[in-house]
Amino acid sequence: MKLFEYEAKDIAERFGIPRPKGMVVETPEEARRAFESIGGPVALKSQVLVAGRGKAGGIRFADSADEAYRVAEALLGSEIKGEMVSKLLVEERIKVKRELYAGFVINRTSKRYSYLASTEGGVDIEEVAERSPEKIVRGDVDPLRGLREYEARYIARRMGYRGRQLLELGAIIKRLYDIAVSYDGELIESNPLVETEDGAFVAADMKLIVDDNSLFRHKEYEGRAKMAGPEMTPLEARARASGLAYVDLEGYVGIVGNGAGLTMATLDLVKEYGGEPANFCDMGGTATIERMIEAIEIVLSNPRTKVLLMNVLGGIIRCDEVAKAVVRIKEKMGFAKPMVIRLVGTNEEEGKRILSEAGIDSFDSMEEAAMKAVELARGA
Amino acid sequence: MAILVDANTKVLVQGITGRQGSFHTRLLKQYGTKVLAGTSPGKGGSDVEGVPVYDTVREAVEEKGVNASIVFVPAQFTKEAALEAIEAGLSPIVLIAEGVPVLDSMQILARAGEKGVTIIGPNTPGVISPGLCKLGIMPAHVFEKGVVGVASRSGTLTYEIAAGLTKAGLGQSTCVGLGGDPLVGLSFIDVLELFKNDEETEAVALIGEIGGNAEEAAAEYIIKTNYPKPVVAYVAGRAAPPGKRMGHAGAIISGRTGTAESKLEAFKRAGVEVARKPSEIASKLREALGSP
Repeated sequence: MKLFEYEAKDIAERFGIPRPKGMVVETPEEARRAFESIGGPVALKSQVLVAGRGKAGGIRFADSADEAYRVAEALLGSEIKGEMVSKLLVEERIKVKRELYAGFVINRTSKRYSYLASTEGGVDIEEVAERSPEKIVRGDVDPLRGLREYEARYIARRMGYRGRQLLELGAIIKRLYDIAVSYDGELIESNPLVETEDGAFVAADMKLIVDDNSLFRHKEYEGRAKMAGPEMTPLEARARASGLAYVDLEGYVGIVGNGAGLTMATLDLVKEYGGEPANFCDMGGTATIERMIEAIEIVLSNPRTKVLLMNVLGGIIRCDEVAKAVVRIKEKMGFAKPMVIRLVGTNEEEGKRILSEAGIDSFDSMEEAAMKAVELARGA
Repeated sequence: MAILVDANTKVLVQGITGRQGSFHTRLLKQYGTKVLAGTSPGKGGSDVEGVPVYDTVREAVEEKGVNASIVFVPAQFTKEAALEAIEAGLSPIVLIAEGVPVLDSMQILARAGEKGVTIIGPNTPGVISPGLCKLGIMPAHVFEKGVVGVASRSGTLTYEIAAGLTKAGLGQSTCVGLGGDPLVGLSFIDVLELFKNDEETEAVALIGEIGGNAEEAAAEYIIKTNYPKPVVAYVAGRAAPPGKRMGHAGAIISGRTGTAESKLEAFKRAGVEVARKPSEIASKLREALGSP
């Protein structure tokens, strides 16, 4: 779960990382007052979660209280890459000498946090890493020992700093790590971390992504986990609220499977046979009838779906329960869209009997089922 | 002699009194796995399916001599249970739970590394050496003893593929579910290394998926070691868009990393036969093994 910039900065501040003076506003009038209280040129930053808000016009500047009012009026309620702006962070404009990058990310290969730091901040760090890898300071942190202060200072040293600056930057890097560990951060970064004209360091931007699986120990965000994210379609939001793994795609063959790998393989087969999947929907290995029905309903309610392809390999999930779910859906929604069901595993015979009594064919082979679904969708 | 688990594996079930723990204890015993003890803090002295329950792992080790563990406790408590098993020196330790925080996994794996303990998972169906030992939750009937070693990042897709192998007359030496999380104990390379030295295993099937670069690393390892046994690979997620989690926490294309194309390319470069459909794995393995 990605936090808003102002939330990440509030956390940073509590950990002792300097940030620009600023406040969150929700109306143009508040923006005017924020300008007056800051008392100088400000940046008005849209609080959205989509990436690339700067290029999309989500960050603007004001040199007077009236201008702050007008800019806030224009930004609030507008959409940045489809995400509605309801809050702005109004901040003092800092005098930049140099833009740095500092962050920690979970490294899947070393199975540790990796730190990344660079004196080439303010841009996409992956690009810097590719273009000039010598400009990046990186390494891993021992998870049992944690990042030590001397290691953080060594990172600052390798970025070229000495004296008071080395101590200050080292402290900021150490605190970024402490936040990552305290908040189960999948990623924490300050980009840019600004070196000001008077030689201080200020976190001009801040990003923190909290591991969704850790929310049980971050109660303040728990409620948000089931809420729709800004990049979600309405069906993705509905599926999330029901605890289903669902992703909307561009095609027309609706897909429900059990297990992530099996469901992905089903999508791939549909493509292999010349069709296009409308979605990914994994109802999980332990779905109840209610959950199966919800999954099927979501997929069928997608207007792009022409055919439903269901692929179930029963284990803990029983085939007779799957069949009952399908029949219940058929009774409820009628048969507006054809269904192709592949059903094997626990209580397979009973499941197939229930389906055939309801006039629904089922397949043993997922490949035959995928082929049939593509054929029907193309004829539809 | 298979890898990781065999007839000498003496199993502890952690979280044995829970719904999952007790249900699977029955299935494990039915399969013939030597389940010698269970733990459930506060419930020591009772028994589940005829298996004695202890409060602590240490007692189970001292009294029953268990040497491996399968952990059924919920995700929030997996770290504590795993660390207890690691300190007692059990290996392998299978972590079934889905939803373990990555930071917990990081600490579990680091400590296991220090103690030389093998962790399988989290978010795994476990490991099975057909006919010898099942240390997992997989439906046993789809597996059969044989010569193919299987390593996979997924659950149900592994059952699908194992069933296909069995139907084609290709049994399995050991099937290892690596787990669907971003951080897991065993990599494809670790398992390839074990299969390399296993007399029972004549060919290997790798079942990968999008996310991370474990498949690319495996391909490099195969080239570097001039891997002596035929390998067939399948990668799920060719139709997956970037930036979206496809069910598994680890199945996500981040930027340019983790695409199916990159993995398939890497395998091809390493001379690995790539199956485009799950059913092709069996036919490609038959060819590689020279079976009719």
